[in-house]
Amino acid sequence: MSAPTLARPAPAVDGERVSGLRILLYALLVFFAILFLVPLYVGLTTSFKGTAEVANSNIWAPPTAPTLENYQLAWDVLHTSFLNSIYLSIPAVLISAILGSLNGYVLSKWQFRGSNLIFALILFGMFIPYQAILIPLVQFLQTVNIYGSIPGLILVHVIYGIPITTLIFRNYYIDVPTELIESGTIDGAGFFGIYRYIVFPISVPAFVVVLIWQFTAVWNEFLFAVSITSDPTVQPITVALAGLGSSTAGTNFGMQMAGSLLTALPTLLVYIFLSRYFIRGLLAGSVKG
Amino acid sequence: MSSNIVTPQAATQPAAGAEPAARVIPARPGRRPVSRDRLTAILMILPSILAVALFVYGFIAWNGWASLTNWRGLGTMNQVGPIRFPAADFSSFDNYARLFQTDRFLTDLKNNGIFTVVFLLGCVGLGMGLAILLDQKVKAEGFFRNVYLLPMALSFVVTGTIWRWVFLQLGWVTNPQLALPALILAAIWQESGFTMAMFLAALRGIPDDLREAARVDGASEVAIYRRVVLPLINPVILSALIILGHLSLKIFDLVYVMTSGSPALGYVTDMPSLYLFELAFGDNLFARAAAVAMIMLVFVAIIIIPYLWTNLRSEVAR
Repeated sequence: MSAPTLARPAPAVDGERVSGLRILLYALLVFFAILFLVPLYVGLTTSFKGTAEVANSNIWAPPTAPTLENYQLAWDVLHTSFLNSIYLSIPAVLISAILGSLNGYVLSKWQFRGSNLIFALILFGMFIPYQAILIPLVQFLQTVNIYGSIPGLILVHVIYGIPITTLIFRNYYIDVPTELIESGTIDGAGFFGIYRYIVFPISVPAFVVVLIWQFTAVWNEFLFAVSITSDPTVQPITVALAGLGSSTAGTNFGMQMAGSLLTALPTLLVYIFLSRYFIRGLLAGSVKG
Repeated sequence: MSSNIVTPQAATQPAAGAEPAARVIPARPGRRPVSRDRLTAILMILPSILAVALFVYGFIAWNGWASLTNWRGLGTMNQVGPIRFPAADFSSFDNYARLFQTDRFLTDLKNNGIFTVVFLLGCVGLGMGLAILLDQKVKAEGFFRNVYLLPMALSFVVTGTIWRWVFLQLGWVTNPQLALPALILAAIWQESGFTMAMFLAALRGIPDDLREAARVDGASEVAIYRRVVLPLINPVILSALIILGHLSLKIFDLVYVMTSGSPALGYVTDMPSLYLFELAFGDNLFARAAAVAMIMLVFVAIIIIPYLWTNLRSEVAR
């Protein structure tokens, strides 16, 4: 049927009863909201505390003398990898989106014999534990000499991103009326003409979903990043952040919290401003429309 | 679908001449000759097909082969094009047999089992509770929804770092009884927004008439949820279980950052994925690591293949 949304049905004529149950309902909602925000609160308050205060004060207490010292320290260590993550995610996400769009277009509007089977085989790649391909992948990247490099990691994210991006675009295009495509054929447009003038212009929502989803996925990814990049100068930020916990900075929790929040910032901003599209990507991951 | 879309009148009318008979073209969709456009389409998707064939299926086969050898990362490799694979001695299922005699691996399987069961129950229970709460025509619903989903936008490395700090303070991470519960709580916190979103979308898909009808029949709100709503969203619960279940079988980042498997506490939070990582990149026991990977793959395949199969089949049928 239609794509899943969380859109609310028209609000009922409300307000006639402010019963005890209603109050309990809101109390529960607020209670859980606080529960979900607790770790962020602790991270945020700790990140503004000085070293002595982190060691001595209660973790729930707000900072008495807020300082930016932790952010300074964390940024000194993390800024290279923060940039690496940007160099990594932007090309990876753009290439993924273009590939996904083309694949989705072919698998929905130019189906051929066996195309459904191929779609299923591609989709399976989304669910495999990447551990099952990790060792040969490392060997392969070493053989072709892109192991330990950002281009190598871009390639990996593009390839293992094919299933989810193909899925999102295919499910989006499948709802595009076939008559629209046929009208293009009648006008003499071919494969690329139909894509360029009919399909691509109506793809914006799907592109937004895929760009956001892939950006979040690539930025947050850890297993490939830690297995493929050992040199600190090319490490993405998740690897550098994990390293903070096990290095000499291992006991500087204020700095670790500041580092965590710096790492979280880009995806957090994307989420705050574009959560609608993020949720669509999330629900698309459950395969069926 | 079958009859009245096509215009049968022309065909059934008595033929006024010889002509109409020739016009009856059998409608056989998808049987057109391979046009140039169709060929272009196949050519455009071919690189992706080849990439997945090599990087998913080829590498799984490679890994499966390696798990049957005693390869330790060094020594002779066979090379076919850019693909090198171990030429080490074939050792049959030795690696698997060894794994199932290794205490750490058995502990990992147990940990992973406990983690999966509690994590699934927690996510489905909490997600369902939140979805039902949000389904009561709540004001500021969007705000609450976004708060519950917020952890999903964050990396496990970020949330793991913060949770480690919280649970260090509470003394859970260093306590053999509480380290695994701490890990499970952090995972439920992170992923229950996902089940909430899935269930809420499913609840919104149920026509209001159904609930209204039950209400008219005098059913209480609780009874409506139990008798009408839950049975209807059962398939969605199953989907959520499968998706989260396959995630928990391969959980890595969160554990790596939060506890590293708690080696000092007798590996009370260790998982197969961590053991694999250490075997491969710490001990150079690549063949053994490959065997762990194959076992993980089998677990995931058992729940994912039937899921994909039924999902795609119903898709084609609709």
